[in-house]
Amino acid sequence: MTEPDGSILLCAEYEVRGGDFSRAGEVSTDIKARLKKIGFDPALVRRVAIGSFEAEMNVIMHARRADVRLEVTPDLIYVEFDDVGKGIPDIDLAMQEGYSTSTPEMRRLGYGAGIGLPTIKRNASRLLIDSKVAVGTVVKLFFTP
Amino acid sequence: MKADVATLVEKLGLKTLNGLYNKEITGAFISDMVSDVMNGASPGNVWVTVQTHKNIIAAANLVDVSIIIVTRGKTVPKETLDIADRVEMTICSSPLETFGLAVKLGEAGVVPS
Repeated sequence: MTEPDGSILLCAEYEVRGGDFSRAGEVSTDIKARLKKIGFDPALVRRVAIGSFEAEMNVIMHARRADVRLEVTPDLIYVEFDDVGKGIPDIDLAMQEGYSTSTPEMRRLGYGAGIGLPTIKRNASRLLIDSKVAVGTVVKLFFTP
Repeated sequence: MKADVATLVEKLGLKTLNGLYNKEITGAFISDMVSDVMNGASPGNVWVTVQTHKNIIAAANLVDVSIIIVTRGKTVPKETLDIADRVEMTICSSPLETFGLAVKLGEAGVVPS
């Protein structure tokens, strides 16, 4: 749970369904639109958009479903992906560039390059991942200007 | 070359598959992997790819790509074009292979970001 600094500008909740490639990017697109409307710096909005997209794609590719929570204050943008799924057995391994458990079908569509989590880490100010095999994964993204 | 979508489309003789939404062009990025685009494409870029599924539009829009050029004359589904129109993203087609199109972009003055 976040400890917001300052007043809450926006809270939003979403759901992402695993395997639903037809809606890939919808959540991150909405997050980007909302942050742009508030008037955050474009570079910050881009970081949030990219990090959220990669987290969203991880759910679609590897989990059954996820609840997504967005909390925005003037000083912090927090996005949490709480999924139900197979979990990540080795987070350090999953963080390695090029490591991927994607299927040939996903790669045919251009997914599964194995740089999703490193991309999130590069764009977020702080990233926390907690996972339990056969239960699910919680990914917490903190973005500060 | 004036660096915008309309000028590039005319100069390269590209076939526009949906509406033409004129935006500034800042450079070009080539990849068929979506995460590559997330990491490497800059706002205002031309994205050159062989991917045609509708998810490329969300990805392109998130990083503020100005135009998508699909190479090898691949058919782009109507679903993809409809979403592209909704977010005002121009999609063009080229019969050239990706490398051939890249050469043309370079000749037109479009360079990597």
